[in-house]
Amino acid sequence: MDSLIACHECDLIHRIQPLAEGAVARCSRCGAVLYCHKRNSLDRTLAMTIAGLILFVLANSFPFLSMKIQAQVQESTLLTGIKELYAQGMWQVALLVLLTTILVPLIQLLSLLYVLLPIKLNRKPWKLALVFRFVQRLQPWSMMEVFMLGILVSIVKLAGMASMVPGISLFAFLVLIFILAASAASLDPHLIWEQVEFKR
Amino acid sequence: MNQSALTARNVSLVSCPCCHLLCEMRSGHQGRPLTCPRCGAALHQRKINSLARTWALVLAAFVCYIPANVLPITHVTSLGHVQSDTIMSGVIYFMVSGSWPIALVIFVASVFVPLVKLIILTFLLISVQRKTNWRQKDRTRLYRITEVIGRWSMVDIYVVTILVALVKMGALATIEAGPGAVFFGAVVVITMFAAMTFDPRLIWDTKEQHNE
Repeated sequence: MDSLIACHECDLIHRIQPLAEGAVARCSRCGAVLYCHKRNSLDRTLAMTIAGLILFVLANSFPFLSMKIQAQVQESTLLTGIKELYAQGMWQVALLVLLTTILVPLIQLLSLLYVLLPIKLNRKPWKLALVFRFVQRLQPWSMMEVFMLGILVSIVKLAGMASMVPGISLFAFLVLIFILAASAASLDPHLIWEQVEFKR
Repeated sequence: MNQSALTARNVSLVSCPCCHLLCEMRSGHQGRPLTCPRCGAALHQRKINSLARTWALVLAAFVCYIPANVLPITHVTSLGHVQSDTIMSGVIYFMVSGSWPIALVIFVASVFVPLVKLIILTFLLISVQRKTNWRQKDRTRLYRITEVIGRWSMVDIYVVTILVALVKMGALATIEAGPGAVFFGAVVVITMFAAMTFDPRLIWDTKEQHNE
């Protein structure tokens, strides 16, 4: 039964066959991705995760945008907007932004490091199944790339009103979204699940 | 056996929703829910009450969609003059001021995407309830689209956050978030949950019944 897999979108059973590197197996009935064989999945994802954590610290410690009107300069970090929304009584929106742009990406990067580093060193992380299940469930709630589009729209919106100066954090952010996308693309979940020992 | 009927459910197996391990559907666990032996996720043949839950979330999102578009999402105070903007008035502002690509981005992300997502989900729910086996592959593809596009609606929430952070120049210019932002955020979150609770395998379940 270990050599079988059911499509998670239409429930059709398929036999798992060895794949060439970089190949993707799709469901013969609905076309959903069943499993894939990524090149150097573990090494690549680990590298991206470490790079991502460094960039994350950078992106959150410096202002990402400042606005100049005459002599006034207004700087903004990721957190200032959230604090300001909270101060205006919009705690629901503040919480949503805090979760999707700071907490979820951070927790995801840290958990991935927790899962991947011991596996790379041939050790089994404690509660691996629980942590990795958590990582998978959080996936849709990390919205860094959407936030980047939000920054671009805001720059255009304010450009007519004042001069906008991009900060260090903006560049860190720009690289970070590509790193996060690359990390998600190089991760092969089945490789991690194979590490989990279990009794039938 | 008919090829199209060989699904996990028909042979009393259940696919783990998280790690995709095929497990036996054993009975006799009194009160204890069946969990995946590998990752520990709860096992069900189909997502529990998928149709009822998705309907509830879709209807809630439709309700929130109205105030999200009618109420202002920002109040701009500039030299004592207050201007309130809804999502649509923001789009129109960009169109008039000539930056139509940005107008298009905001319109697509904030008005078009949530509405299309809700319409697709409603259509999928009705088609599943009518047990039709009309173009199942295309309907599964539609479901996949709703899963991917939903997150991009958050753009407007982020724009409001950034504007609020940057534009606080006292009497010169200040931007505050309006009540529309709360409803808009609710629409995005509720539709994301709606897409998660819908079970695309229901689209295919009728076909097997016809074949048997």
